Amino acid sequence: MKINRRRFLLSTAVLGGGVLIGYSALKPSKHRRANAELATGEERYVTSFIKIEPNNKITIYVPHSEMGQGVHTSLPMMAADELDAAWEDITVEQAPATDMFANGELVKGFAGEFGLPGFLTGIVNASAVSVAELMNLQVTGGSSSVRFTGESSMRTAGAAARQMLVECAASRWGVAADECSTKLTHVQHNASGRSLSYGELAVDAAMLEPPRDVTLKDPSQFTIMGKAISRVDIPAKVDGTAVYGIDAQSEDMLYAAIRLAPVFGTKLVSVDAGDVLSRRGVKRIIELEDSVAVVADSYWRAKEALKLVKSEFESSDADTISSADLFAGFERSLAEDNNSKVIEVGDAETAMDAAADVIEGNYTVPYLAHAAMEPMNCTVHIHDDIAEVWTSTQDALGIKARVAKIAGLSEDDAIFHHSYLGGGFGRRLPFNWNVIDHATLIAKEFDVPVKTVLSREDDMQQDYYRPAVASNFKAAFDANGMVQAWHNRFTGPIQTPGASHIPYAIPNQSIAVVDGDTHVPIAAWRSVDHSQQTFFTESFVDEIAHRSGKNPYQFRMEMLAEHPRHRKVLEVAAEAAGYGQNLPEGHALGIAVQESFGSIVAEVAEVSLDENNRPVVHKVTCAIDCGWAVNPDTVEAQVESGIIYGLTAALYGEISIENGRVAQNNFPDYEMVRMSDAPEIDVHIVESGEELGGLGEPSTPPLAAAVSNGLYILTGQRVRELPLKNHDFSRSTPIAKV
Amino acid sequence: MATFKINGIEQNLDIEPEMPLLWALRDELGMTGTKFGCGIASCGACTVHVNGSAVRSCVTPVSAVEGQEITTIEGLASVAAGANSSAPDLSAVQQAWIDHQVPQCGYCQSGMIMAVSSLLAKNPNPSDADIDSNITNVCRCGSYPRVRKAIRSLAIA
Repeated sequence: MKINRRRFLLSTAVLGGGVLIGYSALKPSKHRRANAELATGEERYVTSFIKIEPNNKITIYVPHSEMGQGVHTSLPMMAADELDAAWEDITVEQAPATDMFANGELVKGFAGEFGLPGFLTGIVNASAVSVAELMNLQVTGGSSSVRFTGESSMRTAGAAARQMLVECAASRWGVAADECSTKLTHVQHNASGRSLSYGELAVDAAMLEPPRDVTLKDPSQFTIMGKAISRVDIPAKVDGTAVYGIDAQSEDMLYAAIRLAPVFGTKLVSVDAGDVLSRRGVKRIIELEDSVAVVADSYWRAKEALKLVKSEFESSDADTISSADLFAGFERSLAEDNNSKVIEVGDAETAMDAAADVIEGNYTVPYLAHAAMEPMNCTVHIHDDIAEVWTSTQDALGIKARVAKIAGLSEDDAIFHHSYLGGGFGRRLPFNWNVIDHATLIAKEFDVPVKTVLSREDDMQQDYYRPAVASNFKAAFDANGMVQAWHNRFTGPIQTPGASHIPYAIPNQSIAVVDGDTHVPIAAWRSVDHSQQTFFTESFVDEIAHRSGKNPYQFRMEMLAEHPRHRKVLEVAAEAAGYGQNLPEGHALGIAVQESFGSIVAEVAEVSLDENNRPVVHKVTCAIDCGWAVNPDTVEAQVESGIIYGLTAALYGEISIENGRVAQNNFPDYEMVRMSDAPEIDVHIVESGEELGGLGEPSTPPLAAAVSNGLYILTGQRVRELPLKNHDFSRSTPIAKV
Repeated sequence: MATFKINGIEQNLDIEPEMPLLWALRDELGMTGTKFGCGIASCGACTVHVNGSAVRSCVTPVSAVEGQEITTIEGLASVAAGANSSAPDLSAVQQAWIDHQVPQCGYCQSGMIMAVSSLLAKNPNPSDADIDSNITNVCRCGSYPRVRKAIRSLAIA
């Protein structure tokens, strides 16, 4: 694979003898200041760095956050492989939060796919920033790290460094570069048997002009990529030493417990703190525009004191709004048909009029919270005209800029301290600022670090939620029972263009979005719009299959003639799941497929009902075509993770609105899949050799449809509303075998 | 004054008797390996051992563990090895967690490992039903299939 783009490579000798080699993605002039922070001399702006030291140790700087997706392992694997380094010689470090490491590749990757970065679309519209400005984000999201930063930056930097080291060795030996080869962090001259370590060559290599054209390896040449390498972050996660944002500590630290306005968008009116200030350890009561906080010398003392603080928030038009009102509003929007077209193919209206038969299905899903295991938190220390911040985030640079802005400082005067994330799932993306802003405003009142922590209840009630969506379908059949038209109207906003598209060969299609805005704040939630839309479309496709009298698997295969990758994953998953073979009594299989974030995933769910007629998912068989696998074990782990995340949503997930506010408090009323609910998961990686697809999200979308499609076969009841816990399957009639 | 042993070391803390053990560990002693997840004993992220049994420290007041022996994730390997042996870096459960690449974000795993260690100490060969009823910790990353595999590998061993 030949890379020849108008971007370039940089290298420099560093203090103490060694070399930094990086890959530049933008005009260096734009990043004068940032480059001055980390390197001297030449201007440079890079998305990844490889540092080679004289002792042959190599450090690879990763510009993405580690939140369990394994990116601190898979990205260095890509650089190390192209470099032909021994994995044992590699050390991994989180790249500092400076715009030197901003991941423009992510934005460009999305721009290529969608015209705009999908999960940032709403942000772009809301804040009127351009795609060019988004290049300065250091975001981890959109299942993007490996496929964009990895492919565009990590591999290129590794390959370029290798070429420079070879050139340097060849020149020392007075031989041609093509007589040399590389292996295990050494350059060898094959004819003479001479060998030099990269460390011995690095300083001289840095003096060479970096290559403009870099040749990447063919997969047959990989020595590290494609192997199940153990993750570098795991040892610290089994002995308690891994540090998350919430673990920030200092001797003089204070802690804030905070109560935010329960109805979104309302302001604090009054506070009656009684004698709370006289309680042990309590330092201050802080009143903010939309919240009241107690600051104390321990989080528990602050939280206990806050319970005694009375507060009044302004009343609002939203005070009487319930989920039922919101869904009624969705129905009104859908009935008005004042819509924006998403897809118009053929003439669906005419086909409906001419149809021998039309079926309808009206679907809804509720709001969902992210419920990351690490409750939202942020520690800020404002001192000497600088702001230091510790928080678990998917966007270090964004946090730095935000804290500086709220603190009234320039971005240069903010320092970000990295940590692991105790889950992200979209909650820790930029623009979901509530805890960050509050922590900064509170910390402004002190000259010591203040750690603000949301309780689980506040975390659940002050999230930026997966949107509730209503989606209405009609399908038209001709006299031969062939489906001729697909008509779909759903409530927006659209956060992920393309999520409502279907790959099936239905000749007439009309898909459009109507207004679905409410007062409930929304954001990306693992797989963004794909999680709702795939439940809708893959359930309604199942309805069409059954109405056509066809087996849902066969129907999909027939309708996907133009999509061989979809067919392949369906075939692999169906075969592995024993689709069409005898199942235990009372079990059924449901199937669904979806392409998202560049990967195509088919899932087969084996379901039954327990003695209380509650759904049980015994096994999920999954086939994923993610192009190829950089680290197969990480691929499997991410697929398992996405399936469990989707299953929690399908079985239990429901944030409901009562009196304008979130009704759920904590895990008992926002229940999670635990060991007892967790199915066996069988993952099959289909290597098509196509471009790398994402992994953090694509296994979530098909799950809900696969499970409810199986439940339909088992019970004859078509699930058109999630979650499944709200359904009564006691009077079920299995449908005839199809 | 609260007095107890944590990972074999006696601690005397001038704190309120009703302060949950979780916050004594995290904010008073700076031992952050034990995690805050829900505050109501629902998720298990805060699981520690009190006299060898798994306890959810977020709802356990320090007065309830007065004079008791507490083990946290930081002390699991050395406590499991006993006082006189040279402390290994990892307990068998921790090693199995690496072998099976169990953690993802890892935030819940201190509690998960403590819960599993306690289960296996009492029931070295648990059935699936035993695992389901005893390991009720929440993991949002969905490490459950790997947790089960890791437990099975230890049970067989």
